[in-house]
Amino acid sequence: MNLWFWVVASCAAAYAIKLLGYLVPRRWMENERMTRVAGTVTIGLLASLTAVNTFASGQSFAFDARVGSLVAAAVALILRAPFLVVVIVGAAVAAGLRLLGWG
Amino acid sequence: MHDGLADGREADDGAGPVPLRRSPAFRIGMSIAVATGLYGISFGALGVASGLSILQTMALSLLMFTGGSQFAFIGVIAGGGSGAAAGAAATLLGIRNAVYGMQLNAIFGPRGWRRFAAAHVTIDESTATASGQSDRLEQRRGFWTAGLGVFVLWNLFTAVGAFAGNALGDPKQWGLDGAAVAAFLGLLWPRLKGREPAAIAVVCALATVLAVPFLPPGVPILVAALVAAALGWMSHSRTRPGRPLETEGLEPDVDPYAHHLGGHREPADPTKTQNRTRPQKRTKKEPGQEGGE
Repeated sequence: MNLWFWVVASCAAAYAIKLLGYLVPRRWMENERMTRVAGTVTIGLLASLTAVNTFASGQSFAFDARVGSLVAAAVALILRAPFLVVVIVGAAVAAGLRLLGWG
Repeated sequence: MHDGLADGREADDGAGPVPLRRSPAFRIGMSIAVATGLYGISFGALGVASGLSILQTMALSLLMFTGGSQFAFIGVIAGGGSGAAAGAAATLLGIRNAVYGMQLNAIFGPRGWRRFAAAHVTIDESTATASGQSDRLEQRRGFWTAGLGVFVLWNLFTAVGAFAGNALGDPKQWGLDGAAVAAFLGLLWPRLKGREPAAIAVVCALATVLAVPFLPPGVPILVAALVAAALGWMSHSRTRPGRPLETEGLEPDVDPYAHHLGGHREPADPTKTQNRTRPQKRTKKEPGQEGGE
């Protein structure tokens, strides 16, 4: 289906979820289990997206310059670099490794 | 603009309100807006690199306006996933915003049309700024300053990034796929507080990698979401009642910029926010707050 459809539908869903938080009865938020699940799903999805963007190439594994980006980004984060610096380091390492002929 | 939004209810808190310019929540909100808004450049550039058009990339920032979900959407598309899988990943990642909305509603409950505007700018940064304050007026100012500030700058810099990315040519040559890896790790990093979140992250990353050869692109990410939900559901049963959730790293205190502002943010537990006394160290770090107490 047309990508525009999914862009607009996902935006509508994102807004509906945000609004839901303001409209549901307050006692619902005392449900710790739902809070926990929302938290673990967030962590799980971000970890999964990191893994896919590092190691997947379509439906196969790849071990290429992006692995260098992952390691460099982790080092930058340990050194408490701001987000934008982390992203630039990730790009620079991948581009650099490719210049050197890997990945 | 912010004065108009922070009307009337100032009397709630008893003490005289701090002028907006000296408001600590306003200053923190503005710093967060600048820092977060700037990385809209990376979203814009990665959006067009993933295969979205400039307009589609900008539409995500304008209408979806929740960074994690936006990156998830383009991350799935970049990996060859379908629009449906991208939408599902983005939507699942947005669920935490409903939790933020419930907490903010309990903290300062916007009414009328403001509720609909507040919903749109309910994101990690605005929630963190509001919940870092203990004064009702400051919470509201922090929320709107960070929310509207990030909204304006995030959209502006998304456009800059999208046009720049479009002009760059081959995204791989510029390492933009490596930038996406770094961006996702950067979004994940501040949430890895303690052993349990780290364990969940490792299990979900492994589940994803194992599922990659067997499922269409994008779907392994949804498998990881299921695994994470199951882990959260089951681990809750093991939690003792009353054990503070913040030790699990699952509270919306995610703020990658906290250390740059020298601040420590506390979770948006409305019961704590309304009742607790302000720790001494915060008062020292945010001298503007003293006038309000």
